[in-house]
Amino acid sequence: MRGNWGLRLGTVALAVVPVAFLGVFFLLPLSGMLAQGFWVDGSLDLSSLSQTLSRPRVQRVLWFTAWASLTATAVTVVLGVPVAYALYRLDFPGRQSLRALVVMPFVLPTVVVGVAFRTLFAPAGPFGFLGLDGTPVAILAALIFFNLAVVVRTVGGLWEGLDRRREDAAAALGATPWQVLRTVTLPALKPGIVSAATVVFLFCSTAFGVVLTLGGLRYGTVETEIYILTTQFLDLRAAAVLSVVQLFAVVVLLLLAGRTRGGRATALERSGARSSARRPGRRDLPALTVTGLVVLFLGAPLLTLVTRSLRVGDGWGLANYRSLGTTGEGTALLVPVWTALENSLRIAVDATLLALALGLTVAFLVSRPARGHAQRRGKAVLDGLFMLPLGVSAVTIGFGFLITLDEPPLDLRSSPLLVPIAQAMVALPLVVRTLVPVLRSIDPRQRQAAATLGASPLRSLLVVDLPLAWRPALAAAGLAFAVSLGEFGATSFLARSDRPTLPVVIYQLISRPGAENFGTALAASVVLGVVTVSVMGVVERLRVGSMGSF
Amino acid sequence: MLTVRNLTVRFDGVTAVDDVSLDLPTGEVLAVLGPSGCGKSTLLRAIAGLEALSSGTVAFDGQDLAGTPTHKRGFALMFQDGQLFPHQSVAANVGYALRLRGTPKASVATRVASLLDLVGLPGHGDRLPVELSGGERQRVALARSLAADPRLLLLDEPLSALDRELRERLAGDLRGILGRAGTTALLVTHDHDEVWTVADRVAVMQAGRILQAGTLDEVWRFPVSGEAALLLGYPTILEGDAARLLARAGDHEDVESVGAIALRRSALRVDEVGRLGGRVLSATLTPDVVRLRVLVEGLGEMHAVAPQDTDVRIDHDVRLRVDMGRTAVLPEPAPARREDPAVR
Repeated sequence: MRGNWGLRLGTVALAVVPVAFLGVFFLLPLSGMLAQGFWVDGSLDLSSLSQTLSRPRVQRVLWFTAWASLTATAVTVVLGVPVAYALYRLDFPGRQSLRALVVMPFVLPTVVVGVAFRTLFAPAGPFGFLGLDGTPVAILAALIFFNLAVVVRTVGGLWEGLDRRREDAAAALGATPWQVLRTVTLPALKPGIVSAATVVFLFCSTAFGVVLTLGGLRYGTVETEIYILTTQFLDLRAAAVLSVVQLFAVVVLLLLAGRTRGGRATALERSGARSSARRPGRRDLPALTVTGLVVLFLGAPLLTLVTRSLRVGDGWGLANYRSLGTTGEGTALLVPVWTALENSLRIAVDATLLALALGLTVAFLVSRPARGHAQRRGKAVLDGLFMLPLGVSAVTIGFGFLITLDEPPLDLRSSPLLVPIAQAMVALPLVVRTLVPVLRSIDPRQRQAAATLGASPLRSLLVVDLPLAWRPALAAAGLAFAVSLGEFGATSFLARSDRPTLPVVIYQLISRPGAENFGTALAASVVLGVVTVSVMGVVERLRVGSMGSF
Repeated sequence: MLTVRNLTVRFDGVTAVDDVSLDLPTGEVLAVLGPSGCGKSTLLRAIAGLEALSSGTVAFDGQDLAGTPTHKRGFALMFQDGQLFPHQSVAANVGYALRLRGTPKASVATRVASLLDLVGLPGHGDRLPVELSGGERQRVALARSLAADPRLLLLDEPLSALDRELRERLAGDLRGILGRAGTTALLVTHDHDEVWTVADRVAVMQAGRILQAGTLDEVWRFPVSGEAALLLGYPTILEGDAARLLARAGDHEDVESVGAIALRRSALRVDEVGRLGGRVLSATLTPDVVRLRVLVEGLGEMHAVAPQDTDVRIDHDVRLRVDMGRTAVLPEPAPARREDPAVR
């Protein structure tokens, strides 16, 4: 029994570290932010809620956030499902490269995507004739561009594993291809579609960088409004109200989605071996057409971004890239762009190590088989707790840091760790979601077998878990690194002006006047995009099925 | 009446089904027996219209099905793991084909109830597939397949996912249900028991080709070649002098004409007055008999059986009697003495 107690104490001690971290660096800033809004002169004051919500501008922002996110989600799902079919159910040359292309936008920094779409829709840009520059359509397009990867990966992964014979059985019973899709395939894909749609809606409604770069001050979502309220108007109460509204909506949404997903006992019997992708036929034409259009849609902004960055006046050249070593036209920046890249990389390394250490601990604890009801509860709570940062705006976290971590014993305002900690908080849910499915899939009997052969718990961890978990752990590290490189919401608050990251610098460049500054921003975006995509390319080679799954 | 002529299916240069011709008269059950990977599932899928033919024809009642898509063939397909629709109740699964045709609700309900009775699951309509046992799921899958009154029922190893006892019981039920419904069915399987209990006729398939087809009794008693014999549960094949030696010991009428003989595992029995002599190499006790490996003079290492009460000892000499009823004289000489312990 003593050994057992030791093990239990060890487990509890292990749980304390990440929970404490979450408490200090997530719950504390969050509550600090909330206190700003609702705690007036030592007592609870909810009057700000109705005051803020009755403002016409706030109502406009809420309305815009809701319809823009819903529309973008709907379009993303409608486009993403046929693409998922084409890329995961059909076998044709170039399928792997297309899969990589579809995933790429998801890991691109938001600011880069914003810049890319601005270039695309700018009056002088290739799609300038559409007159969409600065309209909500541009924002919607960018949101869809970003999130298609979520739908294609989640639904495609599920579709690939579906046993084709179930559809064959339905066809043999007299179902037309359309009836098979409607009565057999789509119901089987429903959990994947619902969870992908939930995540897409979440990302759309909390999108920050893209909306800020494309919408300017005219069109804003709740997220950008929180930013503008805090930085421009110093209206912390209204900002706090919006944070609460957002958090509430996110929690409700996640609960609803959880219910829809697990509503009926739809056990997914997956069998990978049996279902081979087949050659496309004539009836796959609609799906292939949609896929072709989506590929164009995904390729156009990236291509425009790269070609414009090489444009100098009326000719071609590397002038924009040469100016990465300067501080911009009219000294728009405090440091050269290359220095900002160096900052970004350093910060990303710290953030990745932090997110990985915490994520591994949480994933390890959550994935252990639970003994008894209380333990199962505990694990579920832990699991849910570490998903929360996904639903809370990065802006809220960033601003919360500023107002709560500003006095001893926790005065981190000038600490170089402040930005990495905030970014680790943002990446943590993704790390946990990547690792948990893999660790859960390990049959506990393997560990038991190791134990009966004389392996200590630590040794069985090394022998059983490690060989299976190192790839996903590396993939999670890459994901965290990419997220950290592109993180803009929290970083825009926290990065010191003399140590900006690359996304911050890009945003500064595009908000200053001057064609030269915009050119430099394009070159910087290309550099940031290339770095992120290279990291993700390496990660993709690890072929971890569950990467970033929800 | 299903007529398959010179059917060939190739993928990426591999010939999965090679020039297969079959006839299946209405009301009969034909089993295609073959090892895994022999192309029997591909044959089934090709007949269902799920696999494109490289050449050949599939016709039903004289009508060529080349241009007819799967859902218009009026067949039904049942897999080893049922492939029930997990999000639908048992009743909804069974009534699937009827609902596709727009059958009125009331008649669907009546038909579903009677089918569930037929497969021995009355009152299970409201359950979900996950709540059923493996055997129950197979019964539901069968009911679902029968609901549409298919012209032809295609069964892909319908029972092999089940444990032995359940498989035997369900095989008997399947036979009865198919008989009562008067269904024409094509079954592909690697399991001899499944063939014996369910089918009227059998076709033996190997490497994409049909080696032999006929009634159960005919095929089992007279394999046409060593290859077919191995698949039909004759693990040993003797040729030439060895074959004639065995034929003589078994009092075969025309010993000199014998070129090759296929033997079942129980073709040699330990018997004091047996004509063959050998030394016991190993012995395994089974519920029915003692199975032996015996080094037989002039034949080499052979399977043999002994009644359970015999005193057999390893390295001791025994006498063996040949049970010609457990052997098959092959019409053509097989290329070499072969033995496949994996096939019973």
